[in-house]
Amino acid sequence: MSTTYTVRDSATMLRRNLLHIRRYPSLSIMLVAQPILFLLLFVYVFGGTLGAGLPGRHGGGDRQDYLVFITPGILFMTVTSIALGTAISTATDMTTGIIARFRTMNIARVSVLTGHVLGAVIKTGFAVVIVTAFAFGLGFRSDAGPLGWLGVIGLLILIAFSLTWLTVGLGLAADSVETASNTPLFLMILPFISSAFVPTDAMPAGLRQFAEYQPFTPMINTLRALVNGAPTGSDLWLGIGWCALIALLGYLWSRRLFLRVPAK
Amino acid sequence: MTATNPAIEVSGLTKAYGEHTVLDGVDLTVPEGTVYALLGPNGAGKTTIINILSTLLTPGDGEIRVAGFDVRREPAGVRAAIGVTGQFSAIDELLTGAENLRLMADLAHLDRASANTTVALMLERFDLVEAADRRAQTYSGGMKRRLDLAMTLIARPRLIFLDEPTAGLDPRSRRALWAIVREQIADGVTVLLTTQYLEEADQLADRIGVLDRGRLVAEGTAAELKRRVPGGHVSVQFTNAAGLAAAAAAHPEATSDAEELTLQVPNDGSIAGLRRVLDGLDDNDVAGLTVESADLDDVFLALTGHAAQAPAAEEIPA
Repeated sequence: MSTTYTVRDSATMLRRNLLHIRRYPSLSIMLVAQPILFLLLFVYVFGGTLGAGLPGRHGGGDRQDYLVFITPGILFMTVTSIALGTAISTATDMTTGIIARFRTMNIARVSVLTGHVLGAVIKTGFAVVIVTAFAFGLGFRSDAGPLGWLGVIGLLILIAFSLTWLTVGLGLAADSVETASNTPLFLMILPFISSAFVPTDAMPAGLRQFAEYQPFTPMINTLRALVNGAPTGSDLWLGIGWCALIALLGYLWSRRLFLRVPAK
Repeated sequence: MTATNPAIEVSGLTKAYGEHTVLDGVDLTVPEGTVYALLGPNGAGKTTIINILSTLLTPGDGEIRVAGFDVRREPAGVRAAIGVTGQFSAIDELLTGAENLRLMADLAHLDRASANTTVALMLERFDLVEAADRRAQTYSGGMKRRLDLAMTLIARPRLIFLDEPTAGLDPRSRRALWAIVREQIADGVTVLLTTQYLEEADQLADRIGVLDRGRLVAEGTAAELKRRVPGGHVSVQFTNAAGLAAAAAAHPEATSDAEELTLQVPNDGSIAGLRRVLDGLDDNDVAGLTVESADLDDVFLALTGHAAQAPAAEEIPA
């Protein structure tokens, strides 16, 4: 199968997935509502207390400081929320008869999956814009210049791309749609054990090491630095490296699951 | 695919799931431009054969060439030559009919202009113009099947597989679908179809293979197969036991059911045969009468010695 057909078939499958998103918007709306709910909960319920505990240059802050601290974490949660939805929509798609038809056609087969991934990345773009606007509405302010925001957008796309390849794999590996909605839940838990909601310094030893070395922390730290117009340091390359690794493994795993000719 | 190659060539095809044998050495040759029907009950292995020939499933043993390509080593060549309409609707229910066809046209790598004209043509030909912009999930069973077939045919495959194409359709939709399949046949397309209905095989196929528990137990034209089965029967419903007994004595070859007061007399469907049955009957004793042609059950009983029932393993997973 030539590269031109791979690109063309992927574009065709992307159009199919964008139509699905338009025809079935309730899942997307729910997935965007989730990070917004988290933002409100953390800023207005926990924000006063958590803001006071912020160290360093945020030191002894208030609710407003916590909003600034948590917004990059919430943007990250937006990406994981959409990625979780993609596991569900991939698993749902696999139960439909048209997938068997695709398998009997002389097309670039992996384009079925590429369509899901690219559709999810575009969906994430919209969701991130909505959530960012919401944060600004609550009083979030950023020191980042245009270049910084470009970096934020680029990094979020990269994170969305890599996590979506992983969740497409989870969706394919699941034996039912129910399973596919449960297995990616760790994506919602892991940000809590990272630098997303509180600085890792405040955690007890053990947990702190885990939080510092898990893949999401450098991604979130880089997002935070870019959003605040601060230097990213080594976290930038560490975060990009993790994204590349997760994307590659997710892609290879998904491809293998999908191309496998079933014994049954 | 050259003229000398059969469209489908299968020898010694087997398939088993663990201990459970689904296909037990199937040999099958379908010359180009002909129609072959696989006739058999649920669980006979019909769908498994279609799935293997269309590269959806790996075969166990055997040599299998489709359109001149080996299904194991050259699946892409097979896929480029075939079109498949399976038992379960292979349409995207969230898309409209027109969008479904457009999706297939794009995947067939048609350019924009010819994709547009082909989609319009298919909508027209398959009587879907009015429903073109409605989501496929709102379609009736017959419309879904027509859309499904239109999607299969949009790339103009030279070989099509139809797995129980009319299962669950009402008689009118069934006839409409037969007409579409006949057009394909007239265009020289090779067709392999599966069915549970002898009538359907009879209507469409040049040759019929009878599949039973993973084996081809008989093969031939419809006429050849019918000659091998005792044919249909006349079923007579009596008003009283005496009438039944008298008629049963006159027709020793018939089966009588004393409780239901019915007599089933084997019949070849000819007027003369029917007259012989009628002549011996007294109008006062008879409540009703039906003439039934040979059905799958008769064929099966004759060819296999057992009724056409799914084996205990039930549906074979696709």
